[in-house]
Amino acid sequence: MAEVNLRRVVKRYDDVEAVRGIDLDIADHEFVVLVGPSGCGKSTTLRMIAGLEDISDGDIMIGGDVVNDVPPKDRDIAMVFQNYALYPHMTVAENMSFGLRLKRYPKAEIKARIDEAARMLDIEDLIDRKPKQLSGGQRQRVAMGRAIVRNPKVFLFDEPLSNLDAKLRVQMRIEIKKVHQKVRTTTVYVTHDQVEAMTLADRVVVMNKGRIEQIGTPQDLYHKPATRFVAAFIGSPAMNFLPCQIEEIDGRLHVRLTERIAFPLPSSRAARYKDVKPDQKLLLGLRPEHITEANGHAAPGVETFDAMLDVTEPMGMETLIYFSLAGKQVCGRVNPNACASDGEPLRLAVDLNNMHLLNEITGAVI
Amino acid sequence: MSTLAIDKAGPSRKVKYGSMSRDRAWALRWSYFFLILFAVFSLTPPIYMLITSLKSSAEIGAATNPWWVFHPTLSNYVELLTSNQFLRFFFNSSIVSIVVVIVTMLISVPAAFALARMKFWGSATLATGVFLTYLIPDSLLFIPLFKMLAVFQDLTGVTLLNRWYVLLFIYPTLTVPFCTWIMIGYFASIPKELDEAAIIDGASWLQTLTRIFIPVALPGLIAATIFAFTVSWAQFLYPLVLTTSVDQLVLPVGITTTLIKGDVFNWGQIMTGALLGAAPPLIIYAFLMDYYIAGLTAGATKG
Repeated sequence: MAEVNLRRVVKRYDDVEAVRGIDLDIADHEFVVLVGPSGCGKSTTLRMIAGLEDISDGDIMIGGDVVNDVPPKDRDIAMVFQNYALYPHMTVAENMSFGLRLKRYPKAEIKARIDEAARMLDIEDLIDRKPKQLSGGQRQRVAMGRAIVRNPKVFLFDEPLSNLDAKLRVQMRIEIKKVHQKVRTTTVYVTHDQVEAMTLADRVVVMNKGRIEQIGTPQDLYHKPATRFVAAFIGSPAMNFLPCQIEEIDGRLHVRLTERIAFPLPSSRAARYKDVKPDQKLLLGLRPEHITEANGHAAPGVETFDAMLDVTEPMGMETLIYFSLAGKQVCGRVNPNACASDGEPLRLAVDLNNMHLLNEITGAVI
Repeated sequence: MSTLAIDKAGPSRKVKYGSMSRDRAWALRWSYFFLILFAVFSLTPPIYMLITSLKSSAEIGAATNPWWVFHPTLSNYVELLTSNQFLRFFFNSSIVSIVVVIVTMLISVPAAFALARMKFWGSATLATGVFLTYLIPDSLLFIPLFKMLAVFQDLTGVTLLNRWYVLLFIYPTLTVPFCTWIMIGYFASIPKELDEAAIIDGASWLQTLTRIFIPVALPGLIAATIFAFTVSWAQFLYPLVLTTSVDQLVLPVGITTTLIKGDVFNWGQIMTGALLGAAPPLIIYAFLMDYYIAGLTAGATKG
């Protein structure tokens, strides 16, 4: 087991920079998820850690040793691929033991390790089958088993659940988490699915256009996004962004959305935004769960307004509502018993204690 | 209004289903027609050969029905199979074909692996180049090849002309490019992650080739093997030009040069020899047919 460190790592393809100098420190036993849209450089970063791609600049360290020029087989890593990459002509046991057999481990030890991994992944009955006789979920378990038996310093997962259907994905997500709780191997996991990232990670690394946007715990990223990209990427449905300005009315800071709508800021927020210039172009960031039906009780920082609902989406445990505000479509989450229906007005409450204010031009959260 | 719509929909649906099955029936009729035509066309010569091989020279010369054997005899088979000369041809053909297949596989499998997987400078151009060499007809190459071998003999004193083993050097020029091309296509259809997984598991390039790629691409490998064997076994022009002594001849050339004396055609034995000569590829095809078809089509469907 080991920590993984990236120092100003760059990957250039001809004149395109896929990864633009990223720094990342992954602690021993940590589960880190790289997340971002396609083409953000997350897979390239993982493949550079694996040694499947050369790095153009910078250093990669595994367990304190620089491994820039170390071939993949000597890095002591194991990788799980999106399409499983099981050897089709070998049985499950042969697939899992391939690496150990190449390294000429004693037969008894190989068998012991396979048995243990098979027990952990609940694939003991499948051990003599060929990959084509397995379902997608079973194949992914075998692929994980192949990684586990190697007992490597680092696990690398490259979108391992993307080929599975939604239900199985949730199930395998839990399996992966359980496996990590047992073996505690340092793990780097790549996905484009922010839910996977949030649920699995000790820390999430959000990447965009070859750079790291933000590193933090799932809670940090959700509640304290550093940039508009992170704020928009993490969370589903996505955060609402409304053009706004800060202005002082009767000695109190307000956030003005339209000529008719201006909400007074709660005191904690007012203190933070006191230096914002009145003419600065800003965005108000509000998560859907902070726009709910008004319940008649006044609370500090909670403001109410009337909205005409365009569309409602009953989800069972909640109802998503869509309406127009300040020229934008806004999403809110209301109680399913709130009598929200298409084309009907509803009195809504915004919780400004959880608002975000962003610089519209730079996208930075203020 | 609504009844009109229903009236309209009714017959048009009927016609549609009817035309579907009628189309299919016609397609099947045409398929059978052409398949039978093709079968008759390609099976007539071997059947005629079989009939003739069972006749004595006298019966072949007689003005009887050429499609029927009145006095069947195995004398042609007995004579050929007990003739040292014919057995020599058979032996020469066998050893040449087997060695050529081995040499071809030893060259084209690693070559295809390198061209398909180890991206190096000029690998794409080289892959195309390999295939282009296959497109040059052997009828264009045999004169310069003969000249080269003659010059080589003059310079080194090593005699290759008129020796059966010269074919071991010549045939691979035909088989290697095509087999390499087949194997490139086949290797390219293996997902990239498979060799990456092998590399991470600690396999060297050679181990990746022998323990992953060759087993996975076995159908393609068998297709290439059959091709190499067939080409070597049936090759006529090169051995005709490069070997002349009777004990150096391979089967196709041996049959035509020794069984045709001037304008005397020993038809019974020619047919027998041709049938016996066609037997080994036929037997190999019969056993490996499923693999062969899988090998030629898998690259196309797997993408």
